[in-house]
Amino acid sequence: MDFVPENALVIMEGVTKNYDGVVALDNVDFTVSPGEAVCLVGENGSGKSTLIKILAGVEQATSGRITIGGKVYDTLSPRLSAAAGVMVIFQDFSLFPNLSVAENIAFSTQLGKNRRLFNKKHVYEIARKTLDRVGVDIDLGTIVETLPVAHKQLVAICRALASNARLIIMDEPTTALTEREVSILLDIIRRLKKDGVAVIFVSHKLAEVLEVSEKVVILRNGKKVAQGPASTFDAASLTRNMTGRDVAEASPRPIDPSAPVLLHVKDLHKEGAFENINFDLHEGEVLGVSGLLGSGRTPLAKALFGLVVPEKGMIKLGDKSIVLGDPLTAAAAGIGYVPEDRLTEGLFLTQSIVRNVSIGRLDNHQNAGLLNMKSLFRESGDWLKRLKVKTPDIGSPVTSLSGGNQQRVVLSRWLSRAPKVLILNGPSVGVDVGSKSEIHDIIHELALSGIGIIVISDDLPELLATCQRILVMKSGVITDEVSGKNITEDELARRMAS
Amino acid sequence: MKKLFSKSFWIRNETLVAIVIIAFIIIASISDPRFLSMPTLTDLLRGGIVLGIFAVGVMVVLISGGIDVSFTAVAVFAMYTTTLFLVTFVPELSWYWAFGISMLIGAALGAINGIFIAWFGLPTLIVTLGTLSIYRGFLLTFVGSKLISNLPPDMRDFSRLMMFRNTNADGSFYSLPWAFAALVIVVIITWFILYRTTLGRSIFAIGGSIESARRIGINVRATQFFVYVYVGTLAGLAGIIYASMSRVANPFDLVGLELSVIAAVVLGGARLIGGYGTLTGTLLGVALIVIVRNSLIVIGIPSTWQSVAIGVLILVGTGLPAWQAKRAAARAS
Ligand SMILES: Nc1ncnc2c1ncn2[C@@H]1O[C@H](COP(=O)(O)OP(=O)(O)OP(=O)(O)O)[C@@H](O)[C@H]1O
Ligand SMILES: [Mg+2]
Repeated sequence: MDFVPENALVIMEGVTKNYDGVVALDNVDFTVSPGEAVCLVGENGSGKSTLIKILAGVEQATSGRITIGGKVYDTLSPRLSAAAGVMVIFQDFSLFPNLSVAENIAFSTQLGKNRRLFNKKHVYEIARKTLDRVGVDIDLGTIVETLPVAHKQLVAICRALASNARLIIMDEPTTALTEREVSILLDIIRRLKKDGVAVIFVSHKLAEVLEVSEKVVILRNGKKVAQGPASTFDAASLTRNMTGRDVAEASPRPIDPSAPVLLHVKDLHKEGAFENINFDLHEGEVLGVSGLLGSGRTPLAKALFGLVVPEKGMIKLGDKSIVLGDPLTAAAAGIGYVPEDRLTEGLFLTQSIVRNVSIGRLDNHQNAGLLNMKSLFRESGDWLKRLKVKTPDIGSPVTSLSGGNQQRVVLSRWLSRAPKVLILNGPSVGVDVGSKSEIHDIIHELALSGIGIIVISDDLPELLATCQRILVMKSGVITDEVSGKNITEDELARRMAS
Repeated sequence: MKKLFSKSFWIRNETLVAIVIIAFIIIASISDPRFLSMPTLTDLLRGGIVLGIFAVGVMVVLISGGIDVSFTAVAVFAMYTTTLFLVTFVPELSWYWAFGISMLIGAALGAINGIFIAWFGLPTLIVTLGTLSIYRGFLLTFVGSKLISNLPPDMRDFSRLMMFRNTNADGSFYSLPWAFAALVIVVIITWFILYRTTLGRSIFAIGGSIESARRIGINVRATQFFVYVYVGTLAGLAGIIYASMSRVANPFDLVGLELSVIAAVVLGGARLIGGYGTLTGTLLGVALIVIVRNSLIVIGIPSTWQSVAIGVLILVGTGLPAWQAKRAAARAS
């Protein structure tokens, strides 16, 4: 056990967690003090969420001792932990899709106060106050199911803020948020600290990590490998500690000017979303589309795959026109779309990992109407290996994976379909830095094989690492086109914001 | 005005079912002018009592994310055992004793379901399919399989207590029994639980996401246990009302009604995956099923077509909103 500050709010000593056979946490010591922000970093599957779930009482530690506010707990339950002032923003949000925004925000608070009667006015008041505090405007009566991801994440954040917590734990709270909302959240964290609230923050966006936290704790394979004041780390040393190696980013291959046009988009227009969109995508090209929230990048991406119906315009794949607004024909023609919202949608959680990948490939492994399961599973298994999904057994359910590894499963599913044009909306959301560059390598390889790829992202380093060309969108129009090779991150950020 | 007729208003199950009911009434009263009358209305209300109480219970189970098919067996078990007990030992007991005993038996049988589901975590369909057959088998083997037609006098009298009775201008007689008040009370109590208590909101919450419910510290076990005890209690009540209104306790009755009841609830907008369901929708669903059962003949459709008609209604009534919701979701940017 290392040095424990006298006023520590949470002390975890020698905490170990075994999931039948998998050691998710191995003898970890961990402390947080009031007003302190501790950042927990580590690769996908290194045990961050497990540590959080144990503190939240959702999972029981196999061994170890936990003290919260001076009280030693043999076993924690969600109730006990909440009563001790621990509030959690879970990686998968853990919201109630069928309830209103207001109820989702206020439910824990109501439980905490042991209220037996439900007072709608009261609940709306709590929710209104919390939303105001975060400075976002979401209609309180909306059913959460119908919200876009970013709003779901904000609701999850508000729920944790609604009651007077002593420790707020945020498991990747910014995956779906754009810069503006992230900076609001960072502000909130600063304010919370000032009020003496402790914060545990998990993120793969290392810049955020260093910006708000006093202390960094690094996990690797369930073990704590390093910890120290945030000021003693930089992005490179964090990465080295997480992965045990230096990570080099390959830069995109120069564009081949003679490559034929693969996707031709002309005068695409949808009222209120985007207008006058024109661009070509060449074979083997990686084209970036960037812009802030509300710039129209996601509706455009969805329109290309038929999920949004444009009023006018034309999309041609090769020399074939694609019917607008019909995902089935788009998919049949060879367009693939990896959605942004991968953790809450698109996975069959209780099904096995390999089934989740192979679901899109049933057609290709059929013989006289019978499925060739062996070749199907072999192919899916190969993709899972390529994307380094961390699991002892690809036959186990998706729920046994860490969040980042679940993301990779969805990615594997789409990559294995071998489309002609692949649209990746946020290709490495929630994936650790080490594997991010591996995913970028895969994007390069796919492009090399002639696939046209569109990367939608507001992660500028990612765009620069993968794209030969980047389109910048603002309020629904393409305002700029830059060559990825001769532009710096700052310059790109400036063009997006201006 | 604008809000009343918003887009979501039109794609709600309640609206669709209400439109079908109105259309049915219009067609029926055109083909038989006598259809639109007090006797028809009271017939429908009377026909909806037992079905309605069942449906409210089933709706609560569906909202919680489960399903119960054993409630008819619970109802007949509670009703027959109670009646047998009364006629054998204390035939002079008042009707409310009969009601109380039957509801207690129903609650106990529901609790057995609840233990298997909440504590052993078994799938709800499997548990209730099992208990459906166990409760019924137990009743017929160990309690009795003979029809009891000499009901305790007070139970018989209960069904004759009328809220009002009257005679139409054309001489047709109509009346509404006090038993109907039981449905009204059940609806009010259920509404209060679902919308005014934390317990009720927890039922919605576990139907929306049981894992999320656990994570924020909702007592999932207790909530599920309550749900199955509640539906059992309502089944006991519906059973005894059924016996009292039909003036006989027949151990072969009721079982077989499960699917019609679930159909009514689903028609009213409750989702089989849990988390959704409204009392208005459920009652409209029951009304539609009762109308189809009682009056299909009026508009010239042979009664053998009844189950086909109900099937078509379910497909259209639940398929249309689901399809529209899917399209709306796909188009939202
Ligand atoms: N329910 C479970 N059953 C079996 N193994 C599990 C279960 N939950 C987690 N694991 C395993 O425990 C390990 C740690 O997972 P954890 O979710 O803590 O990772 P993480 O650090 O949060 O990663 P990420 O950045 O991807 O979210 C992983 O190897 C994971 O596969
Ligand atoms: Mg995690």
